[in-house]
Amino acid sequence: MAPAPSRPARPLASARERRAWLISASVTALLVLLIAWVAWRFLAWAVWHAVWSVPAGPDGAPNTDACRAALGEGACWAVIGEKYRFILFGFYPYAEQWRPALVVLLFIGLFAASLFRRFWHPSLFVVWAGALVFSAALMWGGFAGLPFVPADQWGGLPITLFLATVGLALAFPLAILAALARASRGLPLLKGLSILYIELIRGVPLISLLFMASVMLPLFLPPGIEIAKLLRAQIAFILFAGAYLAEVVRAGLAALPKGQYEAASALGLSYWQSMRHVILPQALRHTVPMLVNTFVGFFKDTSLVLVIGIYDVMTTARTAILEPRWQGFGIEVYLFLAVIYFAFCYSMAGASRRLESRSATPLAATEEPA
Amino acid sequence: MSTAVESNAAETVVVMEQVEKWFGRLHVLRGVSLSVRRGERIVICGPSGSGKSTMIRCINGLELHDRGRIVVEGRELRDDPRLLRTIRQEVGMVFQSFNLFPHLTVLENCTLAPMKVRGLSREAAEARAMEYLARVHIADQARKYPAQLSGGQQQRVAIARALCMQPRLMLFDEPTSALDPEMVREVLDVMIELAESGTTMLCVTHEMGFAERVADRVIFMDRGEIIEEGPPAVFFNQPKSERLKLFLSQILHRA
Ligand SMILES: Nc1ncnc2c1ncn2[C@@H]1O[C@H](COP(=O)(O)OP(=O)(O)OP(=O)(O)O)[C@@H](O)[C@H]1O
Ligand SMILES: [Mg+2]
Repeated sequence: MAPAPSRPARPLASARERRAWLISASVTALLVLLIAWVAWRFLAWAVWHAVWSVPAGPDGAPNTDACRAALGEGACWAVIGEKYRFILFGFYPYAEQWRPALVVLLFIGLFAASLFRRFWHPSLFVVWAGALVFSAALMWGGFAGLPFVPADQWGGLPITLFLATVGLALAFPLAILAALARASRGLPLLKGLSILYIELIRGVPLISLLFMASVMLPLFLPPGIEIAKLLRAQIAFILFAGAYLAEVVRAGLAALPKGQYEAASALGLSYWQSMRHVILPQALRHTVPMLVNTFVGFFKDTSLVLVIGIYDVMTTARTAILEPRWQGFGIEVYLFLAVIYFAFCYSMAGASRRLESRSATPLAATEEPA
Repeated sequence: MSTAVESNAAETVVVMEQVEKWFGRLHVLRGVSLSVRRGERIVICGPSGSGKSTMIRCINGLELHDRGRIVVEGRELRDDPRLLRTIRQEVGMVFQSFNLFPHLTVLENCTLAPMKVRGLSREAAEARAMEYLARVHIADQARKYPAQLSGGQQQRVAIARALCMQPRLMLFDEPTSALDPEMVREVLDVMIELAESGTTMLCVTHEMGFAERVADRVIFMDRGEIIEEGPPAVFFNQPKSERLKLFLSQILHRA
C-alpha cells in the first residue's frame, strides 16, 4: 500500500477508543496463548511422548507395558497399528482382507469420479450398479477360488460404505416418488399413503426402526423365509432415509414457481415428461445443499446398526478396545475413527460446494416463486 | 347451435358455449360464449379480476370449466389428461411472466416439446427452433440461458418456444405487462408480425394501439361476462355500455 498522504497520524482520540483497542488486543493475545497452549499439550501427547509401537511379549502377544507407563502422558498409537485391520474389516478372515480393502478403494474411487461433470453420463449409473454387485460378490466369494465368507463375518468400513451408499442410492428414488405423491392433487389414496409413510417414519427414531427390522420383521415373515440381518438393516435404513429425503425434495418442488408447471403442461408435456425434464432438474438442484446435509447425517447414522449386532466401523472400533490388554486406549481409537468419518463427511461437504457452484450460473432465477 | 359448430369445424378453431367457472364460491366466468374463426385475431380487455386470464386458460385446460362447452379444433374439452395433451399441442400459450425453463438454454427451451411431444429428431427440432428464433429476431442468443437475457428477449423466446409446436392457435396472457416500458415495443412488433402472417390469436392485453392495429375483434369482459365486442374502430369510438365507456376512459387517461 502507498504511504498515506500527509494527514498527521491521528493519536487514538478518545479514552473510549483507546480502551476498546486495549480490550480487543488483550482478548486476541489471550486467545492466541490459549490455542498455543492447547496445541502444545496436544502435540506433546500425540507426538513427543507417544508410543508408536510395542514389542511382542514372551507369549507372542503385544506387550503394552510401555503404553501403560505413558498413559495420560503420551498417546498409544500402537493400538492403531495393532488393531487397524480389525477396525477397518472386522471379523472378515485375516488372509482375505484384501477383498474388503479393494471394495473400499473401489467406492472411494467411484465417489471421487462421480464429482466430475465429465463423468456425468447415464452410464455412470450402470458403472455404480455394476460396482455394487461386484463388491457384494467379492465380499461373499465362493467363486474363482475365493473362499466363501458369510455376511455375518463382514464388518467395519465396507459395511458402513455399503449401508450408506446402497441406502442413499435406493432411498433417493423412493424419496422422489414419495415427494411427488405427496405433492400430487389427482390421487388422494397415493397421497395419503405417502403422507402416512413420511410422517410415520419421521416420527420414529432410527434405532427403533432398526430394532423393528431385526426383531419384529422376522415374526411377520412366514417360517422358512429368512432375510439376512444386514439386508434387514439396509431396508430399515432405506425407508428411514427415504422419508427424510422426501421432505427435502418436496421443499424443492414447492419452491418452484407455479408458472414452470403451467408452461410445461401448456406445451403438451405429460406429467412424467414435465417432471423429468422441467420440474425435478430444477427442484433437485435447488436442494443440493440440503440433500448433502441429509446424506452426511445418514452416513454418520449408519453407526447405529451396532444396536442390532452388525459390526460397522464404529462397532469394530469399540470392540477392538475391549481386549484387556488394550483397555484404556479408547481415545486413540476414537480419534482414528473420527479421522475416518471426518474424511468422508468433509469430502461430501466439499462435493456439495462443487455441485452448487456448478449449478449456480444458469439458475439465477428470473422469477419469484408463486 | 351445435350443428353449426360441426359444419364449420374447418373454419372454427374455438367454440365456447355458456361457459361457467367457479373458484370455490367465487363465480369467475358467467355464461361466456365465444367462437374464434381460423386466422382471426382477437384482443380481450377488461378490469383486473374480470376473468380474462381464466377464460383463455380454460381454452387449453390450465383451468377446467365447470359448465358449458368448450370445443377446440373439433375436440370437446374434458378432464382427461390424454385429451388435454392433444389439445395443448395445438394451442400455444405465452404468459405474463415468460415462464422459460431457467435450467435449459434458449435452444433447449424451444426443442424440448417438439422432441418429446411431437417426436421430432434433435436435428429437425433444432432447425425448426432456429427458424422461429430468427422470426422473433433472437437467433443469435440461442446458446444462452434465459437469465442472461433481458425481459423483452425472454418474452420473444417464449413466443418462439410456443410457435415451435406449430400450434393452430396462440393464446397470450398480458405478454407485455411484466416488461419495462422500453421493451414493450420489441415484443409488440413480434406479435404484430405474427398477426399479419395470419396466425389465429387470442390476446389479453391493455395495449390499445396493438388492438387497433391488428385485432379483427376486441372483447370487453367485466365480472366474468363478455359485455361488449366489436371491430376496433367501433369498439373504441362508439362504446355502447356504460362499463366499457368507464373502462376506456380509465385506461386512455392512464396511457
Ligand atoms: N386459482 C385461483 N384460485 C382462486 N381464485 C382465483 C384463481 N385464479 C383467479 N382467481 C380469481 O378469479 C378472478 C378472476 O381472475 P383472472 O385472473 O381471470 O382475472 P383477470 O381478468 O385476468 O385479471 P388481471 O387483469 O388482474 O390479470 C379474480 O378475482 C381472481 O382473484
Ligand atoms: Mg390475468
